[in-house]
Amino acid sequence: MDLKEKLVSSFLVFEDQADVDTYVHDVRNDAIKIFEEKGFPTKKEEAWKYTSLNKILKEDYSVFPKQENALEYRDVKKYFIHDIDSYKIVFIDGKYSSHLSQTTHDGIDVCLMSAALSKPKYRLIIENYFNKAATKESLPSLNTAFSKEGAYIHIPKNKLVEKPIQIIHLSTGNESATLLQPRNLIVVDENSHVQIIERHQSLTNNAVLTNSVTEIFANKRAIVDYYKVQNDNANASLIDNTFIKQKRESVASVHTFAFGGKLTRNNLNFYQEGERINSILKGVTILGSKQHVDHNTLVHHIKPNCESHQDYKGIFGENSTGVFNGKIIVEKEAQKTNAFQSNNNILINDKATINTKPQLEIFADDVKCSHGCTIGQLDESAMFYMRSRGIPEKEAKALLMYAFSNNVLNSVKIPEIKQRITKIIANKLGVNIGFDL
Amino acid sequence: MSNKYTEDDLREELKTKEYEYGFYTDIESDTFPNGLNEEIVRAISKKKEEPQWMTDWRLEAFRVWKEMTEPDWANVNYQKPDFQRISYYSAPNSKPKYDSIDEVDPELLATFEKLGISLDEQKKLAGVAMDVVVDSVSVATTFKKTLGEKGIIFMSISEAIKEHPELVKKYLGTVVPQKDNFYAALNSAVFSDGSFCYIPKGVRCPMELSTYFRINQAGTGQFERTLVIADKGSYVSYLEGCTAPSRDENQLHAAVVELIALDDAEIKYSTVQNWYPGNAQGKGGVYNFVTKRGLCEKNAKISWTQVETGSAVTWKYPSCVLKGDNSVGEFYSIAVTNNYQQADTGTKMIHLGKNTKSTIISKGISAGKSQNSYRGLVQINSRAENARNFSQCDSLLMGNECGAHTFPYIEAKNKSAKIEHEATTSKIGEDQIFYCNQRGIDTEKAIALIVNGFSKEVLNKLPMEFAVEAQKLLEISLEGSVG
Repeated sequence: MDLKEKLVSSFLVFEDQADVDTYVHDVRNDAIKIFEEKGFPTKKEEAWKYTSLNKILKEDYSVFPKQENALEYRDVKKYFIHDIDSYKIVFIDGKYSSHLSQTTHDGIDVCLMSAALSKPKYRLIIENYFNKAATKESLPSLNTAFSKEGAYIHIPKNKLVEKPIQIIHLSTGNESATLLQPRNLIVVDENSHVQIIERHQSLTNNAVLTNSVTEIFANKRAIVDYYKVQNDNANASLIDNTFIKQKRESVASVHTFAFGGKLTRNNLNFYQEGERINSILKGVTILGSKQHVDHNTLVHHIKPNCESHQDYKGIFGENSTGVFNGKIIVEKEAQKTNAFQSNNNILINDKATINTKPQLEIFADDVKCSHGCTIGQLDESAMFYMRSRGIPEKEAKALLMYAFSNNVLNSVKIPEIKQRITKIIANKLGVNIGFDL
Repeated sequence: MSNKYTEDDLREELKTKEYEYGFYTDIESDTFPNGLNEEIVRAISKKKEEPQWMTDWRLEAFRVWKEMTEPDWANVNYQKPDFQRISYYSAPNSKPKYDSIDEVDPELLATFEKLGISLDEQKKLAGVAMDVVVDSVSVATTFKKTLGEKGIIFMSISEAIKEHPELVKKYLGTVVPQKDNFYAALNSAVFSDGSFCYIPKGVRCPMELSTYFRINQAGTGQFERTLVIADKGSYVSYLEGCTAPSRDENQLHAAVVELIALDDAEIKYSTVQNWYPGNAQGKGGVYNFVTKRGLCEKNAKISWTQVETGSAVTWKYPSCVLKGDNSVGEFYSIAVTNNYQQADTGTKMIHLGKNTKSTIISKGISAGKSQNSYRGLVQINSRAENARNFSQCDSLLMGNECGAHTFPYIEAKNKSAKIEHEATTSKIGEDQIFYCNQRGIDTEKAIALIVNGFSKEVLNKLPMEFAVEAQKLLEISLEGSVG
């Protein structure tokens, strides 16, 4: 039985156990129909031209992890940004771990999707926002059908959330292959500000496939800062679907740090539904052996006077494959749009591959849109300069690569994340130097 | 009495009547019945008195084509042609269309006037019978003699199949195989005619083959097949098409062009395409689905230059396969769309050899309700050390009902590759127009000026006499697009 059949048949079991709220019930049923019809995407689809799911779909995933797994904080501390105070929502094999988490209902809601779906007091928000941003493509639909657990964050009007929120998904690998489908909903109301950090981590080398959907709504003048840290084990695959709907004058930024995993696919979609919106998409990708990362971004400019800024840097080592597929659509109404996109890549190994496809689709005439894309090498004269001053080759290379990705790191607003990323980069490049010179 | 036919009715009828000259339907006899099957393919081959191997080659293509489906990935919308309703062969019409120049559509003549084409040439292009053709015939003969002295073979492909079968057999289909794509397969099965050109070793073709074309322009067939072979160390510059608007009777054009540049050879291939784009409401117009590809051996160079202003739907990607070390591929393009025209055009640069270089400069101008897309592929294979690519795609939008799109694909598999890609989209600045207006240049002229500046990089690459005409053509194509 292939994975698709397995999922479709286990949906019946799942739906029996789930609480039958009529609204979500209908949404789930519609979603499984879409998935059943479309199936998993194949390379024949333009959006999946460079990324094949065939291999990872062959595993015999367990769809509902059975047992509760407890973990000690000290064992997993290193996966947290632990040197700052923060709210934490932690899941172990898709199940909420109250032991490791720190949630709140004090003025803001930082809690669980399962609670939000079942309790009547959240009903209005769920009906207004749940599944309103996610598209009807097959993978988001699959997630919608099985949506049950994840983070639920609601920041009411005029709140500045004083500490960041960490969403951490841990998988223990107690089963040989696990499929996880977290579903997050984040609603930020007028004038509020929130910072969120998301991480997926598997603790063993057993196969894990995560098909995650995050819907973010940034209402009037809201500011949302989102950081995705992806540095997983060699058998962990992640399909991340993030949908951000912005209302007027809001600012949303997403930083994606992709350092690992077997296959990572980031579907990042921004919809600008008001005027004077700013959307920021930044990413650093550093890959080693046999890894595959695919950034698939969409910025949809619907209203006038908006901006978007995209900056993705990639460094690709042995046997790795990088894909960047960035699309900017400017609707007829969206005059005076400024949309910029840049994608720079370095190949450091002959077996590495980079496929990039920056697209512009423009229907308005009074716009400034540009994209730039480069593939190149480290500057030899800069290398020579450093070598002649006694810096060993490896360190000199690492310094140059760090400098290359520094543009993106500069806009990270939480210093502790920046430090952490810097360490991961040093680790990934195999050097032991701090870059904060 | 309401059902009386009045003068007003007549006037109304004349006003709403479809344009008659856009598609010429009264084809002389000797036309095959509509539809396509193996018999028709055999019959075309027989009609052209082709050898058996050619017939087999066509049949092979036809069998492949039958299995294929029409591609729909391009960013264009159109009514798909019904392939069984097309007649695949009609004998070249030798009878002139008109007896005197007065019968020719005045709109067409006005365009000729603007392009500055001489009266004799106008007659020739419009298909008017000419009494005195001494001039062009003699020039053509002189050209033929000069080419012959250098050993250059330049003839129609049907003649070449008969006279130089060894060359045709060796190279036909090597760059664009029969099963390359849907339209290439169709073309391979049914191509009616086209040109064949062979430049021998070390010969530098003494004239732009374009010049020859202008005077002795062969009627463009519906399924044209062009094969240009530049042998080691040779050079040729070739121009197809014409700036003059062609009112062709065929709605579907599926041509195939193959270029082969052997070691150290250079081919410069320029296209000016100005087929009937349909009327201002987007009715009618030619579908132009072309496969063009060139193969570069060691140190060879292929340069594509195109000015695309015509056709309702254009779907065309002149490409270079940079097989030999140190080979160079270039692509310079201007695509102008107005009214309801749609263009999806660009290039593919496939880097296989070491130290290969490619340059892509693409300028898209969209006006009216048109859609203009750039679609390109730059592929660096794992053995292509030190490959270098520079791409630049600029789009200019005029009016808020048109669209400009870019779909560049970049695939690199070698660490020494250096690739740069840049794209911008903008409109003509109000300050630029104001500057011109202030100096007494009216808005329409000012726009022509700015557009010419925008496309200069590409226009400069055209053979000189065509550059001037192409410049005028841009102005004409955009006429009336400014409110």
